[in-house]
Formats: sequence, structure tokens, C-alpha cells
Amino acid sequence: MEAEAAKYIGAGLATLGMIGSAIGVGNIFANFLNGALRNPSAAGSQVGNLFVGAALAEALGILAFVLGILILNA
Amino acid sequence: MADPIEQFEIHPLPGMTFGEVNVPVLGNQVIAFTNSHVAMTIAFLMVVLFLTAVTSGAKVVPGRLQSAGETLFGMIDGVTDSIIGHEGRKYFPFVFTLFTLILGMNLLGMFLTFTATSQLAVTITFAMLTILLVVGVGILKHGLGFFLLFWPSSAPLLLRPVVGAIEFLSFLLRPVTLALRLFGNMLGGHVALKIFAGFVVSLGAMAFAGEGLGLWALPIAALSMTMVVALTALEFLVAFLQAFVFAVLATIYLNDVVNLGHGH
Repeated sequence: MEAEAAKYIGAGLATLGMIGSAIGVGNIFANFLNGALRNPSAAGSQVGNLFVGAALAEALGILAFVLGILILNA
Repeated sequence: MADPIEQFEIHPLPGMTFGEVNVPVLGNQVIAFTNSHVAMTIAFLMVVLFLTAVTSGAKVVPGRLQSAGETLFGMIDGVTDSIIGHEGRKYFPFVFTLFTLILGMNLLGMFLTFTATSQLAVTITFAMLTILLVVGVGILKHGLGFFLLFWPSSAPLLLRPVVGAIEFLSFLLRPVTLALRLFGNMLGGHVALKIFAGFVVSLGAMAFAGEGLGLWALPIAALSMTMVVALTALEFLVAFLQAFVFAVLATIYLNDVVNLGHGH
């Protein structure tokens, strides 16, 4: 296999890490909706926490994405 | 298809190159006014002009423009106040500056061809500023007690060194994730936009030239066009959200050192 081809495959594999953050972010929003529908009056005050949680989970996926870009351009 | 990475290239404006300097570590560097500078300058002027327009002739009952500014102000004020507490006001200017500048650059990226926050150098600068302020405030306020940040007093004594090491590592990772989150979101979003936009053009050209899929390419091109519209809407949301998240995380990190040892 050519080194160039291996690089592209490696970059693709590296971005698979985003699956994890997709599941994580999905979980956060699903659970937020779950809670918000049970107690809508308390939901508004937790939107900030929701976005911070989503951002923290998303960061790890972004790390995988950046790693993929790095491998592609290495 | 056009290269989706091309939009992130920095190049000097024509006639705006001012010669070279020799920087000790980095070697020869060209001094020039680039498209990145233009984007940042416009964003800065936009923020300053907007906030000047908002606060000039302020009334007790705000008009439309003033209430837009007050909402922006009140949102960040609410964040610093609810996270840091009564000392939050002191750090509000820093967080508000970060927020408005990042928001300005993110939103400009949706209108111009260049997004300043999709440059790692810009986001790393913001992250370094934040983390240096955190360390500075921590050392000024608590002296060497700053290092109690890594000594979790609520953990069992046996586990404390282990938890402390993990805390220290996570502290070191904070500027990295802070910079990469903004950078990655902006880069990823704009690459996806450009790729779907490229599909529209190349599939349309394919349909009209009668090559490949022929006319079957048209519905796919239409689908890509819908994706571009939807992604643009999503990108506006992301542009706001990432600026907000950056501000909230900066506040949380500041809170760690301002209220050090007050339980948390």
C-alpha cells in the first residue's frame, strides 16, 4: 500500500472518534428534554448548563477531528 | 471541485506588504496587512460601533437597538454573576470583551469569505489570555495557595495525589481544549458548507454537460442546496453558541481561582 493511501485511511480512522462525542452530545440533549418535559418550569435555568455540557462533550470529538486534519496535512 | 481548505489561507492584501523582520525563534517573518487582519479589524470596529450606538442616548425605557445591547450585556452579566458570585462584576469586562469579539468574528465569517476564528493562532491567543489571567489572578489572590486548586480536600487522603495529578493534567488541557473547540467548530462548519456548496456546482455542471449521472444529478444537486441552506442556519447558531460557551468556560475557570477553597 502506498504511504499516501495509508495517510488518508489513517485520517479517516482518526475522525471515527467523533462518533463518541456524537453519542455524548445526543445523550445530553435527550436527557435535557427528558427532564425539561417533566419539569418545564425549571428547564429555563438549566440551558446554560446544557450548552456547557454539550461543549465539553463536543470538545473531545473536535480533538479527533483536528487529529484527522493533522494526519492529512502531516 | 474547489478546494474547501482554500478559504482558510492567509494572504497579504495587494500592496500591503511592509518588508521582513528577523524574529529570534521563528526566523524571517513578513510584515503585511492580511485578510485575517481585515476580518479582525472589521469585527473590532463592529463591536465598538454597535456598543457605542447602543449606549449613546441611553433611555430608561430602551428602544429596539438599546434593548438588543442590554440583552447581550445582561446575558454575560448573568453568567458572571451566577457563576462567580458577588465578585463577578470585576471580571465581567474581560468576559464580555472575549464574548463580543469572538461573536463578532464568528458572525462576520458567515458574511465574509474569511473567518478569523477558524485560525488556530487567533483561538490559541484567546485561550492563552484566559488561562494566563486565571493563573495570574490565582497567584495574586492566594499566593502559593493557588496550588491548593490541585489538592482535592474532599477526596480520601490515599487518593488525593492521584486525583491531584488528574486535576493538574486537566488544568493543563484547559487552554488546549478551549482553543481547539472554537477552532474545530469554525473550521469543520465552514468546510462542510463549502463541500456541499461545491456539490451543487459540480453536480449541476455534470447534469448540463450530460456526463456521468446525466439529469439524475439535478435532484442530488437540489438536495445539496437544501443542505447548504440548513447548514447555514446551523452555522449561525454555532457561531453564537461557541462564543457563549467560550465566555461561560472562561468564567468557570476564573471562578475556580477566585473562589478557591469555598467548597465546589
